Amino acid sequence: MEGSNMNDMSQIDQGVAVDTLKMRARGVDVYYGDNHAIKEVDVDIADKTVTAFIGPSGCGKSTFLRVLNRMNDTIDICRVEGDVTLEGEDIYDPKVDPVQLRAKVGMVFQKPNPFPKSIFDNVAYGPRIHGLAQNKADLENIVEKSLRRAALWDEVKDRLTAPGTGLSGGQQQRLCIARAVATSPEVLLMDEPCSALDPIATAQVEELIDELRSRFSVVIVTHSMQQAARVSQKTAFFHLGNLVEFDDTDTIFTNPSDPRTESYITGRIG
Amino acid sequence: MTDMPISTAPKRSLYAQDARTKKRNRAETRFRVYGMAAVITGIIALIVLLTSILGNGLSAFQQTYISYPITLSEDRLDPEGNRDPAEMAAVTTFGYLPVIAMSLQQHLEAEGIDPGMGGRELAAMLSEEAPAQIRAMVLANPELVGTTIDAEILVGGRIDGFFKGRVTMESAERDRNVSPAQLVLAQQLAELGMMETRFNWDFITWPDASGSRPEAAGLGVAIIGSFYMMLVVLALALPIGVAASIYLEEFAPKNRLTDLIEVNISNLAAVPSIVFGILGLAVFINFMNFNQSSPLVGGLVLTLMTLPTIIIATRASLRAVPPSIRQAALGLGASKMQSIFHHVLPLAMPGILTGTIIGLAQALGETAPLLLIGMVAFVREYPDFLSTHSNTFPLMGDGATALPVQVYSWTQRSDPAFVERASGAIIVLLVFLLMMNLIAILLRRRFERRW
Repeated sequence: MEGSNMNDMSQIDQGVAVDTLKMRARGVDVYYGDNHAIKEVDVDIADKTVTAFIGPSGCGKSTFLRVLNRMNDTIDICRVEGDVTLEGEDIYDPKVDPVQLRAKVGMVFQKPNPFPKSIFDNVAYGPRIHGLAQNKADLENIVEKSLRRAALWDEVKDRLTAPGTGLSGGQQQRLCIARAVATSPEVLLMDEPCSALDPIATAQVEELIDELRSRFSVVIVTHSMQQAARVSQKTAFFHLGNLVEFDDTDTIFTNPSDPRTESYITGRIG
Repeated sequence: MTDMPISTAPKRSLYAQDARTKKRNRAETRFRVYGMAAVITGIIALIVLLTSILGNGLSAFQQTYISYPITLSEDRLDPEGNRDPAEMAAVTTFGYLPVIAMSLQQHLEAEGIDPGMGGRELAAMLSEEAPAQIRAMVLANPELVGTTIDAEILVGGRIDGFFKGRVTMESAERDRNVSPAQLVLAQQLAELGMMETRFNWDFITWPDASGSRPEAAGLGVAIIGSFYMMLVVLALALPIGVAASIYLEEFAPKNRLTDLIEVNISNLAAVPSIVFGILGLAVFINFMNFNQSSPLVGGLVLTLMTLPTIIIATRASLRAVPPSIRQAALGLGASKMQSIFHHVLPLAMPGILTGTIIGLAQALGETAPLLLIGMVAFVREYPDFLSTHSNTFPLMGDGATALPVQVYSWTQRSDPAFVERASGAIIVLLVFLLMMNLIAILLRRRFERRW
């Protein structure tokens, strides 16, 4: 394990039992062709912590999130520089297969995107391709546990064979979370998971995120500062591709050190 | 009125249309009329086409037969009297003609009908195919020799045409091939029930016949040839096309080379089909020495022609799969291959199948390239997919012909009865095309999934 206190801004939150450093990014630059989208970003993602990325649209927070599980690889013109490690291992090392990385660093997307298959098959897909289940009973067990963890089990247990696309928006998003959880990732990345949901579904997902924290480290990109304040322990504020401030959520929202952060959270920029 | 400044014309009633609105409404009405006119023109053209083809062609499925007892005399058909099929085969159809003509004459005499014409003229009412029919029957069962059988044989094309309304008394007077006396007799025989016009499958199953016996010409060889070619096209074009599309759409880097390939595939789809025929002639027949006019060569040429259609359709349907599905799979740690084969391809399947079947239908109706590779030949033999007649490439199949080519060659023959045959062949072709489109629709329904 790496030392947890490389960055003087990232003090451990006193209120949360944070043990170790999970992911570490140092000097990350991302280019889309000639466009310098992320500039020299350093972030530490602690284990069993919710880290929120906030910032105005186009500030690079989603891009940086995708750096963490190499989803940017699928974009031809995208180029990533700098060091990103997962438990001390460089995820951009040529020896690393992004497929293996993504099994450890799962992702939930902005728009619910269940596969056009049954609810069961949606959740079972990850365990199946990674060979996590020895037999059918094992698989059913994983599916049930994942759906329970996503607080969806009671709603769908009688219709596991129904298509996942037939659920409501909030249920679909929780299904996507269950699907991501089913592969037992170590880090769960969430890219604005509530932006397509109504307040009730949002509350459910937020509750869920708080629960997931007991097992994974969660990184969430959000446009809603209230949401960041509610669910996260650490918050990073991005602006124009720069990481402006990264600190405990309480500190960011009550006593930000950078005037730009203050302007953003009080609604003067953004 | 309306060109007044707005400020000075404050009051405008909603009940009265102003000039601008009227103009816009008129434009819309005009556009609707244009659209309806276009649709109606199309429908009229379709109706005219179908009426003409069905009117000309439906009668091809009907055929006139004459039935009477035929005495198969032994001294003519088996002079040695030993029923040896090899020796009996030495008697050609010319040996059978007098047998059936004589029997007809005798039967008419026995029935008390005066034919009103000589034996030669009477025999000319029968089809030239009739002796061959009886000969095949006898060779299949030599025991028939010496007996009298109740056989049903084809009548000549002109007599057949008389019952279908194509030949009339007036036209018969100007026609060297048929006389009014023959038509009178034919009418008489039909009233007696000896001659009958009825539905026949032979048009579908029999091979082509020479220009002087349209009544015996069938589509059997052409249908088999077309079927073999479709098999070849399906077996080659579908996997190659889908594999190429998946590679180009999902894996290939976007650079000048792939751009060039993309442009060329689009251009290939627009290349005149006869060019593919020249290519097939040069490559498959002249260079690779495949059997001329074999279904395999035809299938290869049609495959080349169909590939761009399939590739374009497949790529379009791959592109129509929402990227969120790919991302969901990749985000779960699926490999690119897994995300494509587990999620993208099943969603693209309806489009791929539709494109493939449309490509196949296009290939089924294609004539020009087949003319160049020799498929326009007159073929009497049912082709085998694996040729037993060729010693160079036995796997390449016998020479065959294809449905559209059969239409083409029939329309070139002089006997007007072939107009009916060609139209009938077009009906068969259209039925096949309709069936393929139906399958495409059903498959699309079956595989269509919402997301």
